[in-house]
Amino acid sequence: MIERQTSMALLEVNNIHAYYGNIHALKGLTFHVEQGEIVTLIGSNGAGKTTTLRAITSLMHPREGTIMFEGKDITHTPANNLPAQGVAMVPEGRGVFAKLTVEENLEMGAYYRNDKDGIREDLEKAYDLFPRLRERRLQVAGTLSGGEQQMLATARALMARPRLLLLDEPSMGLAPVLVETVFDTIERINKEGMTVLLVEQNALLALEVAHRGYVLQTGEIVLADSAAALKQNPEVQKKYLGME
Amino acid sequence: MASVPVTRRGRFQDFSWVDFIINALRVIIILLVIVGSANTLLSGRFTFEQWVSLFVAGLAQGSIYALIALGYTLVYGILLMINFAHGEVFMSGALTTVFLAQAFARSGFLDAQPLLAIIILIIFAGLVSMSVALLLERLAYRPLRGAPRLVPLITAIGASFFLQYTFRGLFGSQFRSYPAVQALTGSLEIGSISIPIVQPVVFIAALLLMAGLYWLVERTKLGKAMRAVSENKEVSRLMGIDIDQIIMFTFAIGGALAGAAGVINGLFRPQGVNFFMGFVPGIKAFTAAVLGGIGNIRGAMLGGLFLGVIEAVGPNLVFNGLGIPGSNQLKDVIAFTMLVLVLIFRPQGLLGERLTEKKA
Repeated sequence: MIERQTSMALLEVNNIHAYYGNIHALKGLTFHVEQGEIVTLIGSNGAGKTTTLRAITSLMHPREGTIMFEGKDITHTPANNLPAQGVAMVPEGRGVFAKLTVEENLEMGAYYRNDKDGIREDLEKAYDLFPRLRERRLQVAGTLSGGEQQMLATARALMARPRLLLLDEPSMGLAPVLVETVFDTIERINKEGMTVLLVEQNALLALEVAHRGYVLQTGEIVLADSAAALKQNPEVQKKYLGME
Repeated sequence: MASVPVTRRGRFQDFSWVDFIINALRVIIILLVIVGSANTLLSGRFTFEQWVSLFVAGLAQGSIYALIALGYTLVYGILLMINFAHGEVFMSGALTTVFLAQAFARSGFLDAQPLLAIIILIIFAGLVSMSVALLLERLAYRPLRGAPRLVPLITAIGASFFLQYTFRGLFGSQFRSYPAVQALTGSLEIGSISIPIVQPVVFIAALLLMAGLYWLVERTKLGKAMRAVSENKEVSRLMGIDIDQIIMFTFAIGGALAGAAGVINGLFRPQGVNFFMGFVPGIKAFTAAVLGGIGNIRGAMLGGLFLGVIEAVGPNLVFNGLGIPGSNQLKDVIAFTMLVLVLIFRPQGLLGERLTEKKA
């Protein structure tokens, strides 16, 4: 990993406001993600976690505020240009293409790229990271189990060679054993240098792997701290970790 | 049904007149088909050779339907919209290219190099129809993306009239004939069966085009992206796929196939082309696409061939046996009866899957 001496964070979200019709979904969110970090956004249902990711990926447009990635303003970059800019996302509910084979799904992850050899190489890397996917590479993705689909969605996002990986609720709908593996993978990818922004309802697990965390409540950040500190915070323990 | 809570009227609610009538209809139709076919076959009115030649003619006609049906099904797969102007896309290629074909015939090029000439004609018609399809998408449909689904449907019908009368204005309303190609005029004699050469040629040409399409959709990056977009547009965008580009690509391929079908149709049926020629084949091809399962590529191919064969064999087989006069003129009745029957009994088509939340 290259240590970069720079004052600016990899991702800077400045005071974004977003609306669904008349509903003020994000009320001036400001946060940042540094190179090499895992940052998590936690909060209950409807707090605006997914909306934040949708705003970063331009699937919805914030009415106010800016989103900077590597110092470039990406607030209005169309969603389909983001992989080329270095941002990839594992969407909520995984979003694998059920009728495409595992390998075709992975190829779609590398859609913007034209370097055939590089793509070949990354396919091998993906299969090394998730050997299960290699076994199933010619199977259509709809026949995979939930855990395998999560692996596929993660591997597919990595095929874009991103510098920032956005993960939306990776634990959703998975058996506890599988959730463990998913989070192990996230840590592993991060150790290899990937910066991760993780949105998760399972706050306990999220705070275990993350370096820092933000607590969202009805579209606002109410707490920002290191993951370790958040875990000790009585408020967080009570509300999000289920401890009394 | 079992989960419906039983009310005081529960026993009566289980009985539905609609179901009853539909089931009765099903039985009546099956009986009519069986009685008609049995009558015809037992009477021996047609020889085996005649059945075979009807079948082959049906395959040739059906392969033209299949080429047009692919345009409907491809666009539906991506946009969930029926492009009712697609028959006019077919017409535009066929009608424009007739002039080039006549010029080729006058200069003697058509008979000197029939294969090369026909390939040039097909490419030319494909390009014309492709351009029309792209303009249609850009000017008529794209501004309505995101409008309620009825709106582009009505626009498509309007666009269909617009194209018909634009081409009438350009080329007049008279019929123009594709020149006869010397190499395609003979007949193929297999035993006692005589088959006009043009029929297998049409069939093979269509099969080659369909094989090309299949390769495109299954093997190329753009084809895979097309399939991805038809499954999930939002995730496709996150993968870096430009949805507009894929939609244009889809219209372009559908248009090119329709244009090619226009030339093949001209060689096959020399009775001439004019501005209105796209209407009936358009609706027939739509029927074929629904028959195979709209949105399903293999379904459109199969549906087209199936419809062509049913149309060719059906009237003589069923209607003749029922004593209906002039049965060989009733092929349109068969085609549209098929459409109605499919919509009632198997709305998802032969190869289609049930319309689930995604499409509904």
